[in-house]
Amino acid sequence: MHSFSPPSRRSFGLRLLSGDTPGHPVASFLMAVLVFVLAFAPLLFAGTRAVATAARVAIFVVLAASYDLLLGYTGIVSFAHTLFFGLGAYGVAIALAGSGPSWSALFVGSAAGIGFAALLGIGIALLSLRVRAIFFSMITLAVASVGQVLASQLHDITGGEDGLTFSVPPLLSPSFHPFTEPVLGVRIDGRLNTYYLIFVVSLVLFLLLLRLVNSPFGRVLRAIRENEFRAEALGYRVVVYRSLASAIAAAMAAIAGTLMALLLRYNGPATTLSFSIMIDILLMVVIGGMGTLYGPAIGAALMVLAQYYLEPALQFLAELTAPFPLLSAVFQPDRWLLWLGFLFMLVVMYFPAGIVGSLRARGLYSQTR
Amino acid sequence: MKPSERTLPVLLVLLIAALGFAAMPFTDWLTLSAAGLAMGMMLFLMVAGLTLIFGLMDVLNFAHGAFITFGAFAAGTVFARFPQLVASDRWEENFLILALAALAAALLSGALGFGFERVAIRRVYGAHLRQILLTTGALIVAEQLAIVIWGPDAIPVLKPAGLRGSFLIAGAAIEKYRVVAALFGLFVFLLLQGILAHTRIGIIVRAGVENREMVEALGYRIRPLFAGVFVAGAALAGIGGAMWATYAATVTASLGSDLTVLIFIVVIIGGLGSVGGSFLGALLVGLVTNYVGFLAPKLALLSNILLMAAILLWRPRGLLAAGGR
Amino acid sequence: MTEQPLLVLKGVHTHIGRYHILQGVDLEVYAQRVSVLLGRNGAGKTTTLRTILGLWRASAGEISFDQHRLNTLDPPAIARLGIAYVPENMGIFSGLSVRENLLLGTGPKGFRNSRLEEVLASFPLLREKWNLPAGTLSGGQKQILAIARAMMLPRRLFVVDEPTKGLAPAMVDVLLDAFLRLKEGGATILLVEQNFAMAATLGDDAAVMEDGRIVHVSSMAALAQDEALQTRLLGLSLASHQ
Repeated sequence: MHSFSPPSRRSFGLRLLSGDTPGHPVASFLMAVLVFVLAFAPLLFAGTRAVATAARVAIFVVLAASYDLLLGYTGIVSFAHTLFFGLGAYGVAIALAGSGPSWSALFVGSAAGIGFAALLGIGIALLSLRVRAIFFSMITLAVASVGQVLASQLHDITGGEDGLTFSVPPLLSPSFHPFTEPVLGVRIDGRLNTYYLIFVVSLVLFLLLLRLVNSPFGRVLRAIRENEFRAEALGYRVVVYRSLASAIAAAMAAIAGTLMALLLRYNGPATTLSFSIMIDILLMVVIGGMGTLYGPAIGAALMVLAQYYLEPALQFLAELTAPFPLLSAVFQPDRWLLWLGFLFMLVVMYFPAGIVGSLRARGLYSQTR
Repeated sequence: MKPSERTLPVLLVLLIAALGFAAMPFTDWLTLSAAGLAMGMMLFLMVAGLTLIFGLMDVLNFAHGAFITFGAFAAGTVFARFPQLVASDRWEENFLILALAALAAALLSGALGFGFERVAIRRVYGAHLRQILLTTGALIVAEQLAIVIWGPDAIPVLKPAGLRGSFLIAGAAIEKYRVVAALFGLFVFLLLQGILAHTRIGIIVRAGVENREMVEALGYRIRPLFAGVFVAGAALAGIGGAMWATYAATVTASLGSDLTVLIFIVVIIGGLGSVGGSFLGALLVGLVTNYVGFLAPKLALLSNILLMAAILLWRPRGLLAAGGR
Repeated sequence: MTEQPLLVLKGVHTHIGRYHILQGVDLEVYAQRVSVLLGRNGAGKTTTLRTILGLWRASAGEISFDQHRLNTLDPPAIARLGIAYVPENMGIFSGLSVRENLLLGTGPKGFRNSRLEEVLASFPLLREKWNLPAGTLSGGQKQILAIARAMMLPRRLFVVDEPTKGLAPAMVDVLLDAFLRLKEGGATILLVEQNFAMAATLGDDAAVMEDGRIVHVSSMAALAQDEALQTRLLGLSLASHQ
């Protein structure tokens, strides 16, 4: 799904997206809205909670898109993606909690987390080639569990179940107030800085992913996903490509983790390592559309919004059906995961290409070929 | 399979038992070994169907834990229905309530398996990626449905009165229930092996695990057979769940998900498609969990993972993997 | 020959993924005759057999077996019409014993003693290895087992793919004997065989495949006598094989 026009003749916008457009007016519209809202969130929303939610969306866009690199483009089903997320977050958390809120600590912590994640990513890729695909997914599930258990039990290092709370460098800290008066209606404080750090990094990473999957490297990945034997026969060493893809996906997820830690000024096993986050990522990527990158981005936004709006909607339905206990139980707000899970299953069974994939297949918008 | 290929894995189990023996006082070892055997038998029940389904039809069912959960709840419900049988001291009444609970578990989980195979699994034959995704989603939905049906709180499950307490053997306290569980699991194992070895269906299943295409080319319809194996596997898992809940005295909606990693480890260790392999794998995991749980509680899960890694390095397809796939 | 052919392929195309393997195969197999399908490696012979058996779906064309249309049937249904398959890799179940392998070749009633005795008489080595796992047999023995399994029930058509591939000459002779006996019993066989000498001894009719099509049909005798034709079509000659 990429443009065939020679790179030199593309417009700047097209080049920025590496020639890979969302592929359908609806998808493009949704992406445009998403980018706009994220870019101007502090101006658009008054409360800190809404801006924090926007930051969450940005982080999950990166997390989901990096997972799509593995799932949609390389064809690897791993349940260990949250490990990378957690490694990045814990890297920052441990460094900042341990040696105080300095930029050097932040960099060292991030680098360590990202580095470990990349190495682990390579390890997982090597594993995927050694054992059968069937075993592989199950093993990643087991490894992710171990990660969770270790994080909760290595109390001295990770703060155990309670996690680590820490302060961030002054520029990012909520108590940073360079100007007493709001500028353009927005208070300039550490929170704003943190938000834009998250937004800019997320945007850059997403664009990098677009470039990656539309490069020769990306094409080889797709060839490997289609037919491993043939790719190997053509001279591409599957081992190398898988390891690289895995390392990159891992590193990006870890960066997302560092951003999450900065956002919350806290990290714990439930924040970044829990299986429910892994499920969220799966839902985002599959419902959004595997192998499109835009799909996971839209999926991430939808999921975060859904979690926000689904509960009140269910509450409404629960009250409506109160006379019928069993029916009402199905609509309890706590059961939002039931509905999302059900939607997920429907998508896998009937719309495996997800939102963006299905839209693209409709072909209403012809790509510049 | 050469005889030596089969004996080495058995020796591995004995080796682990021996290591345990060396690492702790005798009475502790005896209690823990009994606990490990019982746990292993329960795990085996849960896993037997799963491994056959993997081996026979290459189907990845990440939702297998749902059968465990529903079976456990079915047992809990049956116990709650007949408190007088549970509280009774007479072994016939205890036996009756246990049989009822097991039957209820098997029926509920079997029905769930039948429905799930019909509605969902059939659509994703041969597509591993979609199977993983679909069944993962199903596990989540199943857990939520369990909460809808039985509520979010843990349900207590009381052991029948006659099975509470322990035998005293060689100075070690060995729980009566564990002995019953172990014997029952052993019985099921022997029954399964017997069916596989001596009945026509068993031969077809074993052949199908090796080479499904050839079995079809010989005129046998494998699809209905698979549905049957799927339902039987679900029913067995339900019974396993019922036994586990009875042992743990409680059941929550997350039982199946919590056990998912462990049952996968057992299946991987044993090798896909091998009932004998999953039997040995279950024993190994049961023993290791209990020994390490006593010696270094925090390392229990990790040690199972290491065990799995070590076995995969030795035999990448599991201890007794069947067939050429 | 005014009789109707037992098995007819008309314009059969088969795609495997993106590859267009069979490009319009026309083939006729007559009852109680041995038809040999010849051709170089990669010509599409195995694909043709597998398409007949329903293991691969034909994308176009017609396959009919005695008034039954095979295109839409699945492999078990095709097998139940009386078609036996002996694949290139023999399809023996290594984990099962010789007895169990043979049992799978029988119908719902299991072994019929008379039939079993006949087969075991033809292949005494199977009786020796009766309870041993089939995986312990040598290549040639496995091949014998595969053929014996196909003989456990009366079959209307035997579809055999390269039975002598990789076998020692002594084993090839044993196989040849077995096939000759089958032939004497009036069996209909569709055989893919690279060993031209064997093909020439057994075959009544010959069809040569190239690039997914049948490029030559004649009696085996005619082909065996025409060395120039052999060299052109198969890159070898009967004389050089003997």
